[in-house]
Amino acid sequence: MLQCPISTIMGKTLYQKVWDAHTAGTLPDGRTQLFIATMYLHEVTSPQAFAMLRELKLPVLHPERLFATVDHIIPTDNQSEPFADPRAAAMLNELRRNCQENNIRFFDLPSGRQGIVHMVGPELGITQPGMTIVCGDSHTATHGAVGSIAMGIGTTQVRDVLATQTLAMSPLKVRNVRVEGTLRPGVTAKDVALHIIGKLGANGGLGYAYEFGGSAIESMDMDGRLTLCNLAIEGAARCGYINPDETTFEYLKGRPFAPKGAEWDAAVERWKSFASDADAVYDDVVIIPAEEIEPTVTWGISPDMNIGIGGSVPAPEAARDDEGRKAYTTALEYMKLTPGQPIKGLPVDVVFIGSCTNGHITDFRAVAPYLKGRKVKPGIKALAVPGSQMTAVQCEEEGIAQIFRDAGFEWRLPGCSMCLAMNPDKLVGDQICASTSNRNFKGRQGSPTGRTLLMSPIMAAAAAVTGTVADAREVFDIQ
Amino acid sequence: MPLTKIISISGKAVPVAGADMDTDRIIPARFLKCITFDELAGTMFYDERFNADGSSKGHPIDAPQHAGATIILGGENFGCGSSREHAPQAIKRSGIQAIVAETFAEIFFGNSSGIGLPCVRASREDLLRAMEITTAAPDTQWTVDLESMTLSCPAASFPITMPAEPREALMQGKWDAVVELMNAPEAVAHLAATLPAPSSK
Repeated sequence: MLQCPISTIMGKTLYQKVWDAHTAGTLPDGRTQLFIATMYLHEVTSPQAFAMLRELKLPVLHPERLFATVDHIIPTDNQSEPFADPRAAAMLNELRRNCQENNIRFFDLPSGRQGIVHMVGPELGITQPGMTIVCGDSHTATHGAVGSIAMGIGTTQVRDVLATQTLAMSPLKVRNVRVEGTLRPGVTAKDVALHIIGKLGANGGLGYAYEFGGSAIESMDMDGRLTLCNLAIEGAARCGYINPDETTFEYLKGRPFAPKGAEWDAAVERWKSFASDADAVYDDVVIIPAEEIEPTVTWGISPDMNIGIGGSVPAPEAARDDEGRKAYTTALEYMKLTPGQPIKGLPVDVVFIGSCTNGHITDFRAVAPYLKGRKVKPGIKALAVPGSQMTAVQCEEEGIAQIFRDAGFEWRLPGCSMCLAMNPDKLVGDQICASTSNRNFKGRQGSPTGRTLLMSPIMAAAAAVTGTVADAREVFDIQ
Repeated sequence: MPLTKIISISGKAVPVAGADMDTDRIIPARFLKCITFDELAGTMFYDERFNADGSSKGHPIDAPQHAGATIILGGENFGCGSSREHAPQAIKRSGIQAIVAETFAEIFFGNSSGIGLPCVRASREDLLRAMEITTAAPDTQWTVDLESMTLSCPAASFPITMPAEPREALMQGKWDAVVELMNAPEAVAHLAATLPAPSSK
């Protein structure tokens, strides 16, 4: 009898291959028991998980597959202890205790490797292709940039992984999002991500993993790919990924946790095998011409409320349906903006360059040449927060940090900072912030009435020097 | 420890209208500065409900006629954004036992199911109708029934949906997955031995 399983007929996506390789079995309710190759931990979503574990009297099963750092609550002006905020200090100390008691690798403040968890994992080469990666943080999607399945999870699930190194999961569908062509000068990975979210909607990715591809994405460097996958979740896709290629391998080679010697060659061969097959079947395909993407800025309270820098704030009538019109009305009221008002020229109060979205070395390298010889407009508070200690050191060594300081930026210590304002870096009142972070939700930057405009690092730098939302291509003569 | 079988939830409902109700709005980040979930009762939707000076914004949750509600009626993409389990924990610890919305963000849905807080979907039209009914007559007793998959009150009944696996887990009292996950140690050990772990050696 002819045996011809479906898997040999149709090609598979990376998502299916990684899922299959990590499947431990099927649970009674029908969900997959998925093995987790690596879990990252931080101080906000892990303490309760360890407490639950203690309550169940269970040990940590695979501490060698767990890595922790401290990022959300960390002050960026002065990190000497004890912190001024006793609650922040308690959270850090709880993580220290949990890691020490359970023999978990912790990149603590004195390690030289502390930073935002989604920066540290790739920088150290812990994040590798073909892995399942989770963390109690929605921006875990970031790690998909190297060709892994990476997902944010909740605290009870963190406990599940601590106890069993597995999760009960159902597979997602896969949408191939292709950006074809060449990005125009001044258009970055951040703009690509915001544009995709604007096109497909903040809820457009519900039920999907996004496989990003196409020539514009294949030619992106790894930090750009990290930015793009980081924002998959803002389009509701729980994970985003990019097939591993030479850019990926070049990035990982020589990093502290990357395989070495003969093991490196074997690893690369293994990693290549996870890439989606040429004849892989997708649940959906979206193709976006790279040329249509402009430097993009959000105007509302959801990341899909965005427009090109040449655009105007839309009227509620422009929304897709009744619910959208209500959402636009709420957003306009909160943002204190008027329909038809050009976004360019809107005065800003604060500029924030940093976060797991845009706190990479290449983000600061991209901005530095334009800041050289320029000054932050008087009256504007401008923060530059490198995403990790390794990035901070690089910025010092390359003279980038000094360029930022000379321009009038406050050059801070690594952490999540004003992305979610769990530390002292907060907006005040209804201040408007030109921000390279990932969420423009109401109150996100620490003031219940604060206003966030998401944009790329060079656009944020243009806002810093002009004091308004500006087209970086004009301000910096980018052609 | 046997878990409660969650089959049917009854009580008053409260509308929390609007699309993309993100988890920062469900629980602002400043409330996450804690190492237990014990202090989260009452924090749900805090900045939606209160001004900076603590005065009420008049949100339905704080309206006396909705006091004691056990069911939230929500919109599209409910719980989007951050993975913070503090969001469903705050909701559950504030007395809510079920959420009915048009759609749910994945992570929020999983977090809620995993702590025994059912999230079921209904159509936009039906949700708007249910919100109308409950706004006009706040004492209306609603039932979210996972057996018949309906949201009903004496005057109306609407179909609801939920993926089969979490529904099964809730109804069987197996919504806390850790028990099931510990049943296959050999398969897990095999994968742990064969799948590479990152090492600095």
